Amino acid sequence: MTIATALSATELAAVRADFPLLARTVRGGRPLVYLDSAATSQKPQVVLDAEVDFYEQRNAAVHRGAHQLAEEATEAFEDARAAVAGFVGADVGEIVWTSGATAAINLVSAAMLGSTLDAALGRGSDASRRFVLGPGDEIVVTEAEHHANLVPWQELSARTGATLRWLRVSDDGRLDLSDLDEVVNERTKVLAFAHVSNVTGAVAPVATLVAAARRVGALTVLDACQSVPHLPVDLHALDVDFAVFSGHKMLGPTGVGALYGRRELLEAMPPATTGGSMVEIVTMERTTFSPPPQRFEAGTQMVAQAVGMGVAAQWLGELGMQAVAAHEAELAAEMLKIADIPGVRVIGPSTVGVGPDGLPDRVAAVSFVVDGVHAHDVGQVLDDAGIAVRVGHHCAQPLHRRFGVAATARASASVYTTVEEIVAFREALTGVRAFFSVD
Amino acid sequence: MSSLEQMYQQVILDHAKHPVGRGLVDAPAGHLAGESHQINPTCGDEVTLRVAVRPDGHVDTVTWEGQGCSISQASVSVMTSLVTDASMAEVARLDALFHDLMGSRGKGLGSDDAEDALGDATAFTGVSQYPARIKCALLGWAALKDSLARSGALAAAQGSPPQTKEEA
Repeated sequence: MTIATALSATELAAVRADFPLLARTVRGGRPLVYLDSAATSQKPQVVLDAEVDFYEQRNAAVHRGAHQLAEEATEAFEDARAAVAGFVGADVGEIVWTSGATAAINLVSAAMLGSTLDAALGRGSDASRRFVLGPGDEIVVTEAEHHANLVPWQELSARTGATLRWLRVSDDGRLDLSDLDEVVNERTKVLAFAHVSNVTGAVAPVATLVAAARRVGALTVLDACQSVPHLPVDLHALDVDFAVFSGHKMLGPTGVGALYGRRELLEAMPPATTGGSMVEIVTMERTTFSPPPQRFEAGTQMVAQAVGMGVAAQWLGELGMQAVAAHEAELAAEMLKIADIPGVRVIGPSTVGVGPDGLPDRVAAVSFVVDGVHAHDVGQVLDDAGIAVRVGHHCAQPLHRRFGVAATARASASVYTTVEEIVAFREALTGVRAFFSVD
Repeated sequence: MSSLEQMYQQVILDHAKHPVGRGLVDAPAGHLAGESHQINPTCGDEVTLRVAVRPDGHVDTVTWEGQGCSISQASVSVMTSLVTDASMAEVARLDALFHDLMGSRGKGLGSDDAEDALGDATAFTGVSQYPARIKCALLGWAALKDSLARSGALAAAQGSPPQTKEEA
């Protein structure tokens, strides 16, 4: 591997010491081996402290009020936006706070629906016409999407008369690009895809997909939930039009996430949610809206969570995402050794390589099946050994159907995961088939 | 015995491996018949269950197809054995007892009568210690209740005429 140096043992020990929850035991005193970070990550003390500090010292409504607390709360909120923007290679005005990644995708799809309705009534700006969809237009997703990046586009297609199409997934869990030029064509208006699959851990070929969308003038929407916590992500360099990610998967609080949009797109886009805090002039007849990002932040915001997410971004940035990626590439390689256990089959790429960008081509999220044992039963036996994995379809039913399985178990790591924990996981997994007397 | 072994009692593992009633069969002529498809959306476990009720108001056969974890599959199998030949009143009592068992947080029902009635189904006591798995054990019972309602047998047992197919 040509990837940057991973974390040293000393650095990793210091990282783990920052996460209070990792010290607890489960199921009768067993050390916790938390391998469910793709569902939600644990939080470092600085994030917990930031939320408490906000409530103890700065709590006030933001962007209103002239008192000192309101100033300090607004500053903390906007500093957090700048921290998150810097962390993902965006300008500060290109980051919209949302309640999470799902809300962020729905914000974009709802704005497109709103533009379509506006156009039918002859209202809305000329610039907003690029978000208008109708019969004959196509929205493209992939078979690997989390439901959050599939269902909103299904609904948008159904409501506008547009057609939903998708790129398929190959047997190795990577996107099948053999029909890319046919699926992404002059009718394509939106190409939405995950940067990293939450099931297979595979990194998508972003440059190829963005180039295909650019050729036909389609907008790109990147689901970056599983990349931002694990890889260096530079949204300007990736050249996507929109991106979404959540706070709680990147060591931040729940209840907060972000939408990135290229500035001229956010400026052209109508609001999806209207109300207080996003307006300029309101009369009984009509309203003019604030410029972005406030245009998309109606109502009282989740300020403490946003502050926590900003601190999480800073914490990861100071550790260095190159080092995080290198550490997690080692973990992924350790995880993939489960394929040597009789009866265990990995769903997704079986090796960790280096992508064209010099970064790992998969992350340490490994889904698998155990022949003869249902994923729930696998998870239960691992849980008895203190090992927390996810079981089920991981909000990706079509991808599971594509591989002919109803459910998988998934082990997923984060920056605080150790090789020793992966070894413990492999050892516990080795005993599963014997427990259920499967030969 | 560890909690894990309490959950996966041998009787559960046996039923999961050699399930009773698996394979859908059409109801004999003259029987009330109902079918139900139940799904656990959080994990994708599913069961399609068909019940045939004799003219005397007793369960004739329960047959089913399903896929899911050993708890959900074994529970449908144990239930199938338990309710075959039972009256509607007996099915209702067993259903209530099993739900009580699942709410017992691992303690069981504390009644010999109740546990005798449930028979092999008392093996699921250990499951009730794991809140995330209780719904697995209840999937088949939900399918039975729904298919009996659809068959018209519940209404018939309460003295009202069975609904015709069009009304159902």
